[in-house]
Amino acid sequence: MNKPLTEHIKPGAPPIDLAAYERTGGYEALRQALASMEPGGVTSMVEESKLRGRGGAGFSTGMKWSFVPMGDQAPRQKYFVCNADEMEPGTFKDRFLMEHNPHQLIEGMILGAYAIQAPTGYIFLRAEYHASQTALARAIEEAREAGFLGRNILGSGFDHDIHLHTSAGRYICGEETALLNALEGRRAIPRAKPPFPPVVGLWGKPTIVNNVETLYNIAPIIRHGADWFNQLGLTGESGTKLYGVSGRVNRPGLWELPLGTPLREIIEEHAGGMRDGYRFRGVIPGGASTDFLVEEHLDLAMDFASVQKAGSRLGTGTMIVLDDRTCPVGMVLNLERFFARESCGWCTPCRDGLPWVEKILDDVERGGGREDDLDLLAQQAKHLGPGRTFCAFAPGAVEPLQSALKYFEEDFRRHFNGNGCPYRSESAASGTRQVPPGNGHRI
Amino acid sequence: MLTDQERREIEAELPHYPRKQALCIEALKVVQHHRGWVDDEALCDVAEFLDMTPHEVDSVATFYNLIYRRRVGRNVIHLCDSISCWVMGGDGICEHLKGNLGIEMGETTEDGRFTLLPIPCLGDCDRAPSMMIGRTLHSGLTPGKVDDILRDCK
Ligand SMILES: Cc1cc2nc3c(=O)[nH]c(=O)nc-3n(C[C@H](O)[C@H](O)[C@H](O)COP(=O)(O)O)c2cc1C
Ligand code: SF4
Ligand code: FES
Repeated sequence: MNKPLTEHIKPGAPPIDLAAYERTGGYEALRQALASMEPGGVTSMVEESKLRGRGGAGFSTGMKWSFVPMGDQAPRQKYFVCNADEMEPGTFKDRFLMEHNPHQLIEGMILGAYAIQAPTGYIFLRAEYHASQTALARAIEEAREAGFLGRNILGSGFDHDIHLHTSAGRYICGEETALLNALEGRRAIPRAKPPFPPVVGLWGKPTIVNNVETLYNIAPIIRHGADWFNQLGLTGESGTKLYGVSGRVNRPGLWELPLGTPLREIIEEHAGGMRDGYRFRGVIPGGASTDFLVEEHLDLAMDFASVQKAGSRLGTGTMIVLDDRTCPVGMVLNLERFFARESCGWCTPCRDGLPWVEKILDDVERGGGREDDLDLLAQQAKHLGPGRTFCAFAPGAVEPLQSALKYFEEDFRRHFNGNGCPYRSESAASGTRQVPPGNGHRI
Repeated sequence: MLTDQERREIEAELPHYPRKQALCIEALKVVQHHRGWVDDEALCDVAEFLDMTPHEVDSVATFYNLIYRRRVGRNVIHLCDSISCWVMGGDGICEHLKGNLGIEMGETTEDGRFTLLPIPCLGDCDRAPSMMIGRTLHSGLTPGKVDDILRDCK
């Protein structure tokens, strides 16, 4: 019971069907809530659990739900949306959950929808996740046949149905207001905030958007209580977290561990440490849009507060390891090239600033860099920072850049004066650029 | 004109949304599924059906990278070019693919068999490098494995 997200999952096995899910206590939480809890009681319990969003920003889930207007004066139409767009580079956690145990997501969504009294739910799924699509479509059908979805669920008088919507691409769709525009069939441009979606969301109606992993926690919280959930974490923050590691480690993979597990334990024990011949230099801790952490941070507890104190963010909790034979400048170039391409183009600093950053980094990588490029990059990082662009995309995009300038300044300098990438020539000489691919050890 | 089949598939989605225009992306996906890509005629068909202008529909179509506004090959290769794949040698795989197919990123082979496109992180980072062809995800790529996979494509 200390791995509420994955305890019933067997990696590689087909999705858990309704019968198997119910055998392990599935839909018990829903029965319990519909029979004996007020909608507000569900929200309070989630608030007491101190569950924080697993989609990257770490906002309190219960508090978000509490912003939805309730009572007779509130609009009858409200929406409950699951953000299953998972496109943050380096992130591979939501897919694993959906492909193996789709019903736990459905149950979490129905509970959330009950808490805010929403008759309609959507799962916004990225199009590339075909196996997730099959698993979820089947699970929704099973749930409908069993009376967990539809009219008058389990005789409670509560109606709810879920529609699975598959996307058509673009990273920005994961930003929750861009996601709402995409669901409405428009270009996925973020919306001005405020008003926030819990009050004015999909088609102007109150809407909750939650990440997949966040929603996997709901049924266990309702079943076992907030206190149980509180004590799962190691450092005062509640619950477990799916931590992932990719890069040149011995056992790249994904593990459900108590929130607050130290970085060293994740990399050295679970991921098996660095591959032979490689040294650890740093890690991007929570998907592409988080600041690098380095060796001095290895004993950091991987919880929201500690990682933030160290100057980064827990983000999605799936980390990408930088080794000593991979060029930090090349790594940041890859990231900024991604962000420049994926910018939605709505606001000027991001649309124009990121391609400029990409160009400078590309130039540095090829040997055309100069000392003042460091200032220029630092200035751009500042100009694209929090509060200066229309959405959180650009501030996220410059997090790895600003921290790379801080920790790997010498590496930038080694490229200057026409030198180009020192790592490229080293690896070409020793033939190490081709590494054996990863083999993924999941839970 | 939309075919009856296309119309049926789009209409099946109608009950799930309060406004017809919400089906824009869905409708584009339906016609693309049947016609391979979205040419100007397909765009106009969708616009007419949804009471939108062709320009409105095109602004949506060109935003999303999985809607193809140009003809694509029978097999669309989506090669992940994001960070974990890059660390694991993804650019080498990219060079290998381009050499093997004789095309650059974004191009289609002359025989119309393959189109090569980049894709953001496929959520397969612990088994990188990775690519997707059609509905199939291919993990742990090496140049040799890539050759075998291409050989098996029709
Ligand atoms: C550029 C950008 C991309 C995002 N992509 C995702 C995503 O793919 N999946 C996700 O759950 N949240 C993503 N988010 C966060 C969402 O905006 C939103 O905060 C989240 O879905 C809320 O769910 P949570 O509170 O359960 O974490 C993204 C945010 C930004 C700014
Ligand atoms: S910051 Fe970038 S992604 Fe966000 S609205 Fe502006 S252009 Fe679009
Ligand atoms: S970075 Fe390629 S699959 Fe995630």
